[in-house]
Amino acid sequence: MERKLMKVYPIEENCISCRYCEVACTMVHSESQDPVKAYKLEGLKPRPTVEVKGAVSISVMCRHCKHPFCFDACISGAITVDENGKVNLDEDRCVGCWNCVLVCPFGAAHPFVERKHSFKCDLCEERGFPACVEACPNRALIYDFER
Amino acid sequence: MLFKKPQVAFYPFMVLRDDYKCVRCKSCVDQCSFNATYYDEDLDAILNHHENCVNCKRCEAFCPTDAIKVVKNPSTFHPDANWTAEAIRDIHTQMLTGAVILTSTGNDKPIRNYFDHLLLDACQVTNPPIDPLREPMELKTFIGRKRDDIQFDEDGINIKTKIGKQLELEIPVIFSAMSYGSINLNLQKAMARAAKEFGTLWNTGEGGLHKSLKEFKDCTIVQVASGRFGVDLDYLETSAAIEIKIGQGAKPGIGGHLPGEKVNEGIAETRMIPVGSDAISPAPHHDIYSIEDLRQLIYALKEATNYEKPVFVKIAAVHNVAAIACGIAHAGADAIAIDGVRGGTGATPKSLRDHVGIPIELAIAAVDDRLRKEGLRNEVSLIAAGGFRSAVDVLKAIALGADAVYIGTVAKIAAGCTQCQQCHTGRCAWGITTNDPKLAKRLNPDIVAENLYNLLRAWAHDIKELLGAMGINAIESIKGNRLRLRSWGLTEQENKILGVLPAGM
Ligand code: SF4
Ligand code: SF4
Ligand code: SF4
Repeated sequence: MERKLMKVYPIEENCISCRYCEVACTMVHSESQDPVKAYKLEGLKPRPTVEVKGAVSISVMCRHCKHPFCFDACISGAITVDENGKVNLDEDRCVGCWNCVLVCPFGAAHPFVERKHSFKCDLCEERGFPACVEACPNRALIYDFER
Repeated sequence: MLFKKPQVAFYPFMVLRDDYKCVRCKSCVDQCSFNATYYDEDLDAILNHHENCVNCKRCEAFCPTDAIKVVKNPSTFHPDANWTAEAIRDIHTQMLTGAVILTSTGNDKPIRNYFDHLLLDACQVTNPPIDPLREPMELKTFIGRKRDDIQFDEDGINIKTKIGKQLELEIPVIFSAMSYGSINLNLQKAMARAAKEFGTLWNTGEGGLHKSLKEFKDCTIVQVASGRFGVDLDYLETSAAIEIKIGQGAKPGIGGHLPGEKVNEGIAETRMIPVGSDAISPAPHHDIYSIEDLRQLIYALKEATNYEKPVFVKIAAVHNVAAIACGIAHAGADAIAIDGVRGGTGATPKSLRDHVGIPIELAIAAVDDRLRKEGLRNEVSLIAAGGFRSAVDVLKAIALGADAVYIGTVAKIAAGCTQCQQCHTGRCAWGITTNDPKLAKRLNPDIVAENLYNLLRAWAHDIKELLGAMGINAIESIKGNRLRLRSWGLTEQENKILGVLPAGM
């Protein structure tokens, strides 16, 4: 399979832990397209999560791995890999076993406990361009082909 | 407030948060470097220690839902023109600490800004203005010693006279001295890149030149100050010019002190001092007690660099600045940099910042006059510094007699600075005057270099428009051309010092 996938690459040296990526992501995945309503009325959560330890901070989101453990571990067939190597998670098929959450080495698959399905970065498929990359004010996220 | 001195409750700023809009992303908690914002897990609320807030506005800028406004504390002391809140708070600070009040940035007192009292001329009917978009317009400026006499070849066309090394600037605006230590490498990198790309210079300040910036040799002014940090032959040679720093506008007459805890490996290596040791610049240069001594240092530096580097001398604008400037010209400097009372700094006692020195506008006029009278004006270039805010200020300074202008605060503001006056704490939330790795990474040199380049470009456009309106097509023709200035609201004496006529005359 030839992979021609564009992914989001975080650059640790530039990340200033502002969480714009988190909030932008939550907003664009909401019904309301409004950040406040996305969190407060729709109860959504961000797909990238900013990890901070002292001076080190980095936005962590699904890596769309070449050998995705989550795909292997998924019991319901909710996780699929498309021809470009993009790892998709069908929230409707997910049965909430949290296997993907447990096996993801990056902690990039999250449990949506209230809705009984997991969720992760979909590279803003509907939108066409990842919202986190667009929102990042310090050029700490780039959207580029796999290297 | 519990466990605090009572005076702490009279804090100057408050953080207002629209709790309905707050989505608990905790960005503000992470961005605040002054321990003024925190998240309480039990309450699931973002709260503030208002008494720690310095109004840097970092949280306000980075709240994704615009839920924050940082405001002046509406609780006031009894209104009193003498016993202002600042006067009272300063007494509180000193009675509690027993120490000099340290601050940073530039003088924030309403000392008359003469630029705001000067107006430029324009052409109407009797002389045509020039459209800078249609006709060539030159901002090229040469810094360095010129000659009074010019001799031509027999053909009468080619100039025979040889002049010393000149620095060629595409705009008469230079990034002013800010040392590695007082600011971080990211801002220096950004200034160096913008200077190189636009065709102007940046100044290392007194903290040496980091090895990663050596590639910017041709647009770097290296400073030699009383602490002699990072000075060796290689340093002097890796430059476009050398500047001897005698003083600076924000703290004339005193030295500097970079506390040991800020001296990390990079700074230590660049300054050539041990990691963690205090970097102290004495108030005087211990080898300069007279103009003759200064001359020795100027010529020592010239000799060391084969007479290839112009040598600048930077002083603060003090009361007898004109006489001192003449001495400096006599001592052999190629340029004199004068820093006015509004000049900025990374750390200074507040009493000095706010009460010592004179405005740069008056200093430019006085020095230019005096140098002319002594027949020295061509011997030396005049670079003005201290509080320049816009292209208009630059142009007015040049019309008053400066050759070029240093900008420092402007560069910091373009990098995000909100002038919160906390540089001396080393906690700059915008990542400018700090070397804390968590904070310093907030300043992305790529972004800031672009911003600075844009700013220079915008100022160049502005200056060209103003020159065009005056019917002038080269910045050279407005230099010291005070006839194209008028003043308003100034006394006769002030007009006399500035050498300008009042509007209407
Ligand atoms: S938006 Fe960019 S800088 Fe901010 S936390 Fe995310 S990756 Fe880091
Ligand atoms: S940055 Fe704004 S939205 Fe985020 S926690 Fe602070 S106040 Fe709330
Ligand atoms: S980030 Fe700055 S303005 Fe905001 S609370 Fe902290 S000190 Fe105050």
